[in-house]
Amino acid sequence: MSAAGKTNFDEMLETDGSVRPAYADLSQWYESQDKTWFNRQQAEAERFFRRIGITFNVYGDEAAEERLIPFDLIPRIITAREWRKLTRGIEQRVRALNAFLQDLYHRQEIVRSGRLPISALRDNVAYLPQMIGMTPPGGVYTHIVGIDLVRTGPDEFMVLEDNARTPSGVSYMLENRETMMAMFPELFTKVPVRPVSDYPRRLARSLRACAPPAFKGSGRPTVAVLTPGIYNSAYFEHAFLADQMGAELVEGSDLRVVDGRVAMRTTTGYKAIDVIYRRVDDDYLDPLSFQPDSVLGVAGIMDVYRSGGITIANAPGTGIADDKAIYSYMPEIVEFYTGEKPILPNVPTWRCSEPDALAYVLDNLSDLVVKEVHGSGGYGMLIGPTSSKKELAAFEAKLRAKPHNYIAQPTLSLSTVPIFTKAGLSPRHVDLRPYVLVSPDGIDITPGGLTRVALKKGSLVVNSSQGGGTKDTWVLDE
Amino acid sequence: MLGRAANGVYWMSRYLERAENTARLIDVGFHLALTRSDKHAQDEEWKSVLTTTGQVDDYAARHTDFGGPQVFNYLLRDKDNPASVLRMMENARTNARMVRTSLTNSVWEATNEGWMNLSELLARPVREANLGEVLTAIRRQGTLVRGALEGTMLRNEVFNFARIGTFIERADSTARILDVKYYVLLPSVAWVGSSLDNVQWDTLLRSVAGNRAYSWLNAGAMDPRGIARFLILDGQFPRSLVFCYEKLRSNLGGLAKEYGEETSAHAIMRDTGEMLQRTTIEGIFETGLHEFLQDFIGRTSQLGNAIAADYRFIE
Repeated sequence: MSAAGKTNFDEMLETDGSVRPAYADLSQWYESQDKTWFNRQQAEAERFFRRIGITFNVYGDEAAEERLIPFDLIPRIITAREWRKLTRGIEQRVRALNAFLQDLYHRQEIVRSGRLPISALRDNVAYLPQMIGMTPPGGVYTHIVGIDLVRTGPDEFMVLEDNARTPSGVSYMLENRETMMAMFPELFTKVPVRPVSDYPRRLARSLRACAPPAFKGSGRPTVAVLTPGIYNSAYFEHAFLADQMGAELVEGSDLRVVDGRVAMRTTTGYKAIDVIYRRVDDDYLDPLSFQPDSVLGVAGIMDVYRSGGITIANAPGTGIADDKAIYSYMPEIVEFYTGEKPILPNVPTWRCSEPDALAYVLDNLSDLVVKEVHGSGGYGMLIGPTSSKKELAAFEAKLRAKPHNYIAQPTLSLSTVPIFTKAGLSPRHVDLRPYVLVSPDGIDITPGGLTRVALKKGSLVVNSSQGGGTKDTWVLDE
Repeated sequence: MLGRAANGVYWMSRYLERAENTARLIDVGFHLALTRSDKHAQDEEWKSVLTTTGQVDDYAARHTDFGGPQVFNYLLRDKDNPASVLRMMENARTNARMVRTSLTNSVWEATNEGWMNLSELLARPVREANLGEVLTAIRRQGTLVRGALEGTMLRNEVFNFARIGTFIERADSTARILDVKYYVLLPSVAWVGSSLDNVQWDTLLRSVAGNRAYSWLNAGAMDPRGIARFLILDGQFPRSLVFCYEKLRSNLGGLAKEYGEETSAHAIMRDTGEMLQRTTIEGIFETGLHEFLQDFIGRTSQLGNAIAADYRFIE
């Protein structure tokens, strides 16, 4: 679907069709390439990805069990100036998110002050009573955060979504760069691109800095990545990160509680883990505290956690911050905890739980995007401008039945970056997810991120589950 | 390392070795069948291949025809055959994926690419005309992974578990091949070095890729006792029982050194190793080749179980 009637900001081209300065070298290089060869390189990139095994699994689709997320060869470029502003905004937002989580699970000052209704917590399954009164080691809740940004103009970046639970996709940021460098090494001598390859080292350092009280300062804390296993859609990423960090990749069946610590079964016996980077949802983390039939987690890990025996990254209960109803309060949240105006604005959002907002949304349904508050991955949403009368009517009924389950946003005219097609370069809508690491040592933002691109002409949906692809993201050096 | 990872590396190697051994047996069956003129004799050769891989009963439950293409397609790619080469390659690759962080990129890529190539080659039924190509690809696959292991892996516990898997599987495989064919090596009244015997012996040697080596060592002369000695006791031949146990001793030794202690598996390994050292080929024929091999297969299986238990492969 397209944002009809609005002009999109083209990140590569000025309105008169000339190339923006940041893209000048890339554009010149591209023009000099033989397009038949370039086409072959596109296929070569795919083989490269398959060989190293960067695939994702599709649930319930046995025939095509492992798929590739399409990769486009034209990088997306962010200037040093743009990045400076983004990092300030992201840092502010992440600081606020951590303070917010700490407050939610303790005194709830923000509720007392009347800035956030208690219903936002009470009705929310992502708010975990098991975490009330518990402070994670180092006071860090969200060790790894992905902030989804969209752009609508030269200086207009907005936050579309916060991913404070378990942001995925960072392996694509790394492998996309790796692939570009392998295929077009000369390009990197022409354009000063900031490296992203040290992300795993930064991640390991950041996680080790969050060791629990039970770790007694001799040697380095033991870090492990907890995966649901090889059939999980992001297994490649779990293995990749563990490998790059030099950490063990563990499954629930490898772990048990031994002498008050969470320990992994090695060939020579059980060995305690200090920091666990879990890629398993809260619900499955501990059958004693959450889903009783879960085999993906560790029985008793929450008790060990509460007594300071292990650091869980991200902390259980951080998912509340990903909720779209909470998202709508983020401007107030940022201001409440940092005392500053948000540097990065939210996308304007109507909470359908509020009667006035609901009335507006119902009147303007065909112009809006409506999302479920707990939804993710682009599922269960309505995109007004491209929906039929019938679809609109059906959604209106759902909306009236459970208004508190939805928020609505205007259809944004997302910026575009060209992709390579057989017919030449063609603009497509993009978003951006930078990755942020938090530890008691500070907030660390890797200069780059994952650019997702809607491959279908005019489409605004960038999710890989719905036909989106990825691009390498270049942050230029100062 | 994790017990589960040790288990994965061990089985990755076993499956690769087993796929390769199956490919070799199919190759031999194919050559033998070509030397037979009537269908009945050809079918017998294919049946014998199924017997050696231990799949004859499963096969007979599904098929009545023992014709070549039917049998080798069953062994290579039949969806209903849980021990097909394709399934073993999948298993090897799944295990490699599971323990990906323990492997170098070269080892992982060799395993993954091999699986991708073979999946493509085995996507359609194999014809006699392209059987050779497929079998070569399977053997090459094992070679590539071994080469990557040899050339890129640290000589640590991961490497040792991978090698232990290879040699447990190989020792077991050589012993089973010998056991199925042991009767061709027994002194018989008819034995006067007839051309039929020579073909049988050659076949046996080819099944373990030992025909060239044996000829080299024996200047082309063949005798059943010499062949049995070669396959069981020759310390230079990389598929002999003694060789496999020599490697097991070295790789288990590596584990003991790294972990600072031996386990029950070491005692079992040493016991069988010493038995092999003491044994002469005359002694083997005296106790009976079949009995000897059965005992050996039992000991090797016991060793495999002890390794899995001692190193906590599973909870």
